[in-house]
Amino acid sequence: MAKTNLWGLKKSPWVFHLAAASCNNCDIEILDILTPKWDAERFGIVLVGSPRHADALLVTGVINRKTLPRVLSVYEQTPKPCLVIGVGTCSCDPHMFEESYNLAGPYDKHLPVDVYIPGCPPKPEAIIMGIVKALGRL
Amino acid sequence: MNWLRLLFEFLVFPGFLFTLAAGLILTWIDRKITARIQWRVGPPWFQPIADLVKLFSKETLVPEGAPRSVFLLSPLLGVASMTVISVMLFRMNFHPHETFVGDLIVLVYLLALPPLALILGGASSKNPLAAVGASREMTLYFAYEVPFLIALVGIIAKSGGALRIGDFILAQQAGRPFLYSLSGVIFGMVMLLTIQAKLGLVPFDIAEAEQEIMSGPYIEYSGPVLAMFKITRAMMLFVLPLFLLTMLWGGIASWWAVPKFLAVIILIVLIKNTNPRVRIDQALKFFWTGVTVLSGAGLVLAMFRL
Repeated sequence: MAKTNLWGLKKSPWVFHLAAASCNNCDIEILDILTPKWDAERFGIVLVGSPRHADALLVTGVINRKTLPRVLSVYEQTPKPCLVIGVGTCSCDPHMFEESYNLAGPYDKHLPVDVYIPGCPPKPEAIIMGIVKALGRL
Repeated sequence: MNWLRLLFEFLVFPGFLFTLAAGLILTWIDRKITARIQWRVGPPWFQPIADLVKLFSKETLVPEGAPRSVFLLSPLLGVASMTVISVMLFRMNFHPHETFVGDLIVLVYLLALPPLALILGGASSKNPLAAVGASREMTLYFAYEVPFLIALVGIIAKSGGALRIGDFILAQQAGRPFLYSLSGVIFGMVMLLTIQAKLGLVPFDIAEAEQEIMSGPYIEYSGPVLAMFKITRAMMLFVLPLFLLTMLWGGIASWWAVPKFLAVIILIVLIKNTNPRVRIDQALKFFWTGVTVLSGAGLVLAMFRL
């Protein structure tokens, strides 16, 4: 990718919030990074309402058989290049749902995940740091 | 080499490039003031440029079954109209004798093109939320256009029946700016509200309501085509206050125009940050009763030279 384009992508990552059957804690923490205390707009991070505008998908929750087609469909609708960031402990491993009949498997079986952010829920600082690290991988 | 000068005027100054640069700076000012009002730090100065660079490097997706040409070309309509308006306004202000009769009517039609681009783009993108957004944009356009046109008629009455914008400017330079009178203040308020609605800013961002219909007509747009809409919006943020200054506040041909212009911008941003979004029926009622009556009262006052 050309140098200016990469600069643009790094300085203005618009994130789309993709809740794949999460317990809502990570979702609330994601909204926290937009509040005046953390102010993610300093880094150009903006929460957008449509996956077509997004550069990074913040995926939360354990993906199950019901949500997997939706997650994949949203990933396909996102214009590339796009990052996939797993937020919360659920994205790292299925922990207590390991034996569940409904589990669709770990994230990286279905999606090219760039960064995992552990924590139940992760702190807003951790989420911002995760996005910054994901951008560093580009 | 007349056509070369014309090309320069349309593409560089005061046409596309200049308006775009000014609009991007104004977009940053808007976001920074918004951030400061909310006790945030706000984005760095290059943020709008970075947004555009990024959008141009991304993929363009066309929804399945959408008419390709309309979907991809409608964003250009707004950019083209804003370029022409900017060139016309600068020419009128710096050479007020050289304009043609009826340029006000041309400007009114050109100002209708960005909402039309949005409606066409939203309606052609085959998304129910975009269709809702397009229909809201259409309703909003009819809502604010009534008091806006009455205010323009009032300005024509104040200038003694001229239909050339050059004559408005000459009349204001000979006497005093139209704004410094009772009817002028009323027209200023009406035009400010109209600009707010034309720009799609809170309280009239009903068409793109981020939280309820996911940015409405823009929902299916991605990459460079979305960037065209962002460019249109940035250029409008520069051109519409310029239009207000030209019509009411004595034109832009002196350095006094700069603080006046910034005052209008700051007023727009303050209105944006201190009001909640209204519903579409509330907006229609607001424009067709309150603002239209206000505008009509201004017209009557203008007839009596107040």
